[in-house]
Amino acid sequence: MRDIFRGFGAVFYKEVLHVRRDPATLFFSLVIPLLQMVVLGFGIDTNIRQINTVVFNADGRRESRELIDRLRNSDTFHVIRYVENDRDLNNDIIAGRARVGVKIPVDYSDRLLHQMSAQVLVLIDGSDSSVAGQAVNVTTAIGLDESLRRVLQDRAPFAVEMRPKLLFNPDSRSPNFFLPGLTAVLLLNVTTFLTAFSIVREKERGTLEQLFVTPVRPMGLLFGKLLPYLGIGFAELCLILTFMRFVFQVPIHGNVFVLAFLSLPYLFVSLSIGILVSSKANSQSEAIQLAFLTFLPSVFFSGYIFPRETMPTIFYLISYLIPASYYINITRGIILRGAGLSHLWLDGLALYAIGSILLLIAARRFQNKVIMA
Amino acid sequence: MATSSETPAEPAILAEHLVRRFGDVVAVNDVSFRVEKGEIFGFLGPNGSGKTTVIKMLTGLLPLSGGSARVEGIDVRTDPESVRERIGYMSQNFSLYYDLTVTENLQFYGRIYSLEPARLKRRIEEIVQINGLGPYLNRLSAQLSGGWKQRLALGCAMLHEPKLLFLDEPTAGIDPVARRQLWDLLFELSGQGITFFVTTHYMDEAERCSHVAYIYYGKLIADGTPNSLRELPDVQPTGTLRVEITAPEVTRALRVARHLSGIRSATIFGQSIHALIDDRFNLDDLRQQLLKNGIAVTEIRPLAPSLEDVFVELTYKHQAMQEAARA
Repeated sequence: MRDIFRGFGAVFYKEVLHVRRDPATLFFSLVIPLLQMVVLGFGIDTNIRQINTVVFNADGRRESRELIDRLRNSDTFHVIRYVENDRDLNNDIIAGRARVGVKIPVDYSDRLLHQMSAQVLVLIDGSDSSVAGQAVNVTTAIGLDESLRRVLQDRAPFAVEMRPKLLFNPDSRSPNFFLPGLTAVLLLNVTTFLTAFSIVREKERGTLEQLFVTPVRPMGLLFGKLLPYLGIGFAELCLILTFMRFVFQVPIHGNVFVLAFLSLPYLFVSLSIGILVSSKANSQSEAIQLAFLTFLPSVFFSGYIFPRETMPTIFYLISYLIPASYYINITRGIILRGAGLSHLWLDGLALYAIGSILLLIAARRFQNKVIMA
Repeated sequence: MATSSETPAEPAILAEHLVRRFGDVVAVNDVSFRVEKGEIFGFLGPNGSGKTTVIKMLTGLLPLSGGSARVEGIDVRTDPESVRERIGYMSQNFSLYYDLTVTENLQFYGRIYSLEPARLKRRIEEIVQINGLGPYLNRLSAQLSGGWKQRLALGCAMLHEPKLLFLDEPTAGIDPVARRQLWDLLFELSGQGITFFVTTHYMDEAERCSHVAYIYYGKLIADGTPNSLRELPDVQPTGTLRVEITAPEVTRALRVARHLSGIRSATIFGQSIHALIDDRFNLDDLRQQLLKNGIAVTEIRPLAPSLEDVFVELTYKHQAMQEAARA
């Protein structure tokens, strides 16, 4: 009768009853993430198109109108207005009506006709760096292309021609990029909160204190509480993948079972974080605050939104400590690139290592802080 | 095994020189007591005086900083798990799962104690019969009134047939009828040989215990049967007499009485005054003196000290001793 998991079955069954008794919580913990998916999947498009543009064409002749047509046909710029002076051009940018202002000088056509270099002023609102970057690239490319066309005139072929080909996400669809990463964030969110709440609720109610005077062993209590939420986490994963595949049409190139196998340690990580949160928090509101605190680094440093490679060194190093970094690499690898265990074993190993360590720490803290409190 | 030294005379609880420190604070200071099997042991003391700490030490939740404790013949330091196997515990906030039904709560605690299904079923039937929970079996425990919650909590604590039950303020916040019924139940069970360790703030409950102890800021300052405590010399100093004075205007009478020489202490008890007076004082003299001050006394009669009197006197004495020691 001295097995260290004593009480596991009783606690497990009781947790299942709690979940069944409170379908609203279950519903919200499963459906809210799907709503987040809808918002991010449909609402966010990282491809920059149709930037509001204002044009001051001081020249007005055919060559200048051709240039404007080329800008409009690029799909990057959307000309909202033509103005007649510098002041209006500036004002539209300051007021935020346009992100880009193009000024074609009076002598544009003349200089072209005299084989001289013509200059076009492009004003770009730098407050959004991704928009600005795209505007710089496209205008530069159009200028270069226009110059080449004039120099080469007779249809001689380009000496060097780059042929970029986008692998894995040929249409540059945003959901393909966003949703695999979002999976990591949503799983973390749901399981951390559910575990932390289930323990903190018993603290508030006083039932935890009661359990400690029974023969339940700490590990029996801990795993009895963890495993039901591990199950919910898995259900959540399946739901997210189904939604991603059939609603957002993100093709899953790799093996789903490999993904499930590598999701297991990640779920243990987030359950352990939930226990750590509950060992510190004494009320549900405290638990919410703490959970958010642990949640933010996973959003910002994991490569979910910002690429890890472009982070300052210190944050890049921090990102190695964040389990979501590895898991996002795994989800994107399997879903988008069709990677298998042979490509991702290192990430999987890292997750299993972090998961085991966190679980050990969590179990120790649970025993010392919660039981001896 | 620790149980090998068990003898028929082994008490339910044997606490010897218990000490518990939290950093520099001594929460429990050299506390010793002995609870015999079948006793209802009332453990009293103000909030924060160490009652809960003692319970946590006896149930093996808190390691002892010093001393030793044997519960049901088992050393709590070496084998807290076996202790927990043999005891029941009911906390003051009736630790029930409110979103589970009465039956589900009972089943959960039964499984925790690893009762096999047949025994669990039989025990639940017995508990339901003893506690009268029959009509509420499928009700969520959140919907029960305070008294029924308490009976359910007691039922959960008794499922595994413990010989010793710790009840931490079992009657806090429940109605008088439920309180009376609980005590009737405790007497019945103690008649069957079950030992109860009860903490309470109610003096009338303390009077019902077969054995009481009073802890004051970590120190045990009273330990005995209610009657033996009443006869302590510290409670009834030689040369004094405890009387009950009944008068129509008790508050005014109290003001007057407190200024009379020969009255050592006086306090209001309902419609009368309880006073400790010098026994050279004749009761008729006292009546005359009060009348001189405009207080018409209805009745004066000698009185045995209540347990509250006992604890008040012992607390004063303890405080005086501590101050003397400090000086």
